[in-house]
Amino acid sequence: MWQRLFTLIRKEMQALLRTPQSRRLLIAPVLLQLLLFPFAATLEVKNSTLAVFNQDGGAASIELVQRLAATQAFPQVLMLHSQQDMQQVIDRQQALLAISLPQDFSRRLASGQGVTVQAIIDGRRSNSAQIAYGYALQVVQQYAAERSRQAAPARLLVQNLYNPNLEYRWFVLPSLVAIITTIGCLMVTALSLAREREEGTFEQLLVSPLTPAYIMAGKALPGMLVALVQGCIIAAAAVWVYRVPFSGTVGLLIVSMLCYGLSLVGFGLLISALSSNQQQAFLGSFAFMSPAVILSGYMAPVENMPLPLRMVSAVDPLSHFIVIVKGIFLKGYGLVDAWPHLWPLLAIATGTLLLAYRMFLQRSH
Amino acid sequence: MAVSEDIAIRLRALGHAFAGRPALHALDADIRRGIITGLVGPDGAGKTTLLRLMAGLLKPDSGSVQVEGLDPVTAGDALRLQLGYMPQKFGLYEDLTVLENLTLYADLRGVTGAAREESFQRLLAFTDLARFTERLAGKLSGGMKQKLGLACTLLGSPRILLLDEPCVGVDPISRRELWRMVSSLADGGMAVLWSTSYLDEAELCGEVLLMHEGRLQYSGSPQALMDSMQGRSLLLQGIAGNRRQVLRRALRCTEVIDGALQGHAVRLVLRTASELPDLTSLDAGPHASLQTVKPRLEDAFIDLLGGGPGGDSPLAEHMPPARLPDGVDADAVIVAEQLTRRFGDFVATDHVDFRIRRGEIFGLLGPNGAGKSTTFKMMCGLLPVSSGQARVMGLDLKKSASQARQQIGYMAQKFALYSNLSVAQNLEFFSGIYGLSGTRQRAAVADMVRVFGLQPYLAMNAGELPLGFKQRLALACALMHQPPLLFLDEPTSGVDPVSRREFWSHINSLVDKGVTVMVTTHFMDEAEYCDRIGLVYRGRMIASGTPDELKAMAADADLPDPGMEDAFIALVQRDDQLREAT
Repeated sequence: MWQRLFTLIRKEMQALLRTPQSRRLLIAPVLLQLLLFPFAATLEVKNSTLAVFNQDGGAASIELVQRLAATQAFPQVLMLHSQQDMQQVIDRQQALLAISLPQDFSRRLASGQGVTVQAIIDGRRSNSAQIAYGYALQVVQQYAAERSRQAAPARLLVQNLYNPNLEYRWFVLPSLVAIITTIGCLMVTALSLAREREEGTFEQLLVSPLTPAYIMAGKALPGMLVALVQGCIIAAAAVWVYRVPFSGTVGLLIVSMLCYGLSLVGFGLLISALSSNQQQAFLGSFAFMSPAVILSGYMAPVENMPLPLRMVSAVDPLSHFIVIVKGIFLKGYGLVDAWPHLWPLLAIATGTLLLAYRMFLQRSH
Repeated sequence: MAVSEDIAIRLRALGHAFAGRPALHALDADIRRGIITGLVGPDGAGKTTLLRLMAGLLKPDSGSVQVEGLDPVTAGDALRLQLGYMPQKFGLYEDLTVLENLTLYADLRGVTGAAREESFQRLLAFTDLARFTERLAGKLSGGMKQKLGLACTLLGSPRILLLDEPCVGVDPISRRELWRMVSSLADGGMAVLWSTSYLDEAELCGEVLLMHEGRLQYSGSPQALMDSMQGRSLLLQGIAGNRRQVLRRALRCTEVIDGALQGHAVRLVLRTASELPDLTSLDAGPHASLQTVKPRLEDAFIDLLGGGPGGDSPLAEHMPPARLPDGVDADAVIVAEQLTRRFGDFVATDHVDFRIRRGEIFGLLGPNGAGKSTTFKMMCGLLPVSSGQARVMGLDLKKSASQARQQIGYMAQKFALYSNLSVAQNLEFFSGIYGLSGTRQRAAVADMVRVFGLQPYLAMNAGELPLGFKQRLALACALMHQPPLLFLDEPTSGVDPVSRREFWSHINSLVDKGVTVMVTTHFMDEAEYCDRIGLVYRGRMIASGTPDELKAMAADADLPDPGMEDAFIALVQRDDQLREAT
């Protein structure tokens, strides 16, 4: 029966690799996202505009403004001349953050009195504005500390472990390994089985001596293979093109990719068991993809989510795999470190595959 | 040529190609008013392309189309109301009622006010749909859908009617009704173009355009064409012994260009009317006799194509005698007992019984939606039964081990092949899943390539093959593991008559090797090849027996010698009366 399984897998690979279009379909999204994501999906605040309404004009205020303007976050500083202007620049999204220095800023500072600086943040862009606010706060505090010439009673010394310079790409690329392979793998399993249903070849397989388990395995293995190859391409690009450090072992990466592939195949086959044509399978894959990415912790930390969503996240294979890949890349994960997230992957795979198998039997009989 | 008043459409040197692949070759034809012109040919002959060119939906690559003296592409606005075009799948909105569909198309065609009321009444009466105005279009039968499509097409009183295969998916009774309606339109002076792949349907047309592979083979009156075959069509009756072998021997005679089974008799077409085949060489028994019969359009078509294929199947030489597994009753290889399948309230198959012997061809004959596919799928184990039993070699294929399924060959409707894989890859795949490997696999593939002449196509995608070759490939894929049982679902739908003949010569030779065949069909002449037929109608098997027995059942004073279709209609009507009475 090994030969029959081999026949199935070979057929699947032939279908995937036969035409230039189908080959492109496998590789183009990977390359495209590999080019786009690390540049476009950045959370750092750069190239923003800071608006300043300096009502004071004294030396102290000018120095503060200059310090603010010197940060990387605000290459442009917009000087304003009225309170009204402040309202307007935020309204029109000309500036992310507007700071107003009071008339008596320099005088009060010189006399050692406390002074209040007003900051207006564009809440519509809450995330970047908060980060911008953080930068501004840092500058103001440091300035204030230097001015007061008093040592602060306590100081926070920050060291960023695993990503010392908080390079955003170090975070994005390992996650990308997980996200992109998801697309490829679902395509191969969910869509190709739906296509067989549409073309009638599925019935042709059912009347053959192949058992449903073989037919499923014949879809699962090529799916895992595609996930593996695509994952390796991205991992290689991360290491050699984007210079993300790789501190774990290749072996563990491949093992976890296979486990992840298996869990994806489970979902893919489940989707295909539920859909009767390619259109449904496509929508099904999409309906799986978006929540899987959102709940994975890639965009927002899972710990911040309400309990029901955290529970869903626990059965989201992506959330486990992202932790593993990041660990292997940045934290030098070994099998022992990865295990707490590997076994859930295997559990998810077992669950979905069994469910898919049952539905498969029901639908085909 | 003088401009004649009664010519509605004029085609001159019309040619069209899709992506460099020619679909029509320099076509010249005139379509006249007042008759039904049949646009006749197998799938892929170029019928739909031609209709779309006439409707102005395609721009010709070369030559010209003139509809009412106008170019349908540039003068589309002027022609819109004069031309009614009913595509193969007419765009009815299944979630709207009959009346809502009519209203929608009336709006689209700008038929409003009193004219709308008048035409609705006229068309509803004409199509006999007045009783069903509130019914959803999706809930209509195939025949009623086509009638509604026709009514929508006739809104605005077009002078020209283009119908693309209006009878596909329509049962023979509705088919005759639809034909009567359209004939009355033609009698009123309308120019009607009726495309079809059924040659028996085409015989009734006033004129035909016979198409094959994008070329016009004949244009003119079908009767004249059939008359030209006078004396060349023969029926060999009183055969003793194996009629399939008699047919094979007949086809070996140089005098014979085509032959087919017709019940217990064999129908032959001669090269010339004067030269008869030597009766003794046919070895058909002492009582065999040849008798001239009325030629059919199909005889003429095959003659135009240069004759049918020979009767010898190279497949038979290569296949070993079919052996059933030990312990299988040769009289009950395939058995259905009180077989029933329900979908909700709807009973698709209703207590069906039959029993198929080894080496027999058993056909399920019936219109689309009658339940023959459901029955067929239950036999193959593709659909669970609601009650009753479906046994193949004593086993339920759905529950049986793979060894049992290894014994069957299955050819699905519309040839389920991997269209994006090459012919060679398809052959390798299907031989592989049936457990062939190494030299055995290579030999099986090579045999099939030789038998079916697939060598030039090996690298081509299966999806791009001409229909006849798709059918050959599908049969090859079903036979590589040499199964003693063969399941065929609508095996020759839409293919040209020559390919159909060739297909059946293969099947006939397999049956003589002991292969048992179960086939579904809605082709009446295909039913003639079966040893026995089960007539399926509205889920029930209303009659079964040999083709000749069924015809005898239907014979009465009005129709002493009914054809298969006549028999079918008579038996179905009898069943309808019976059901109404109870």
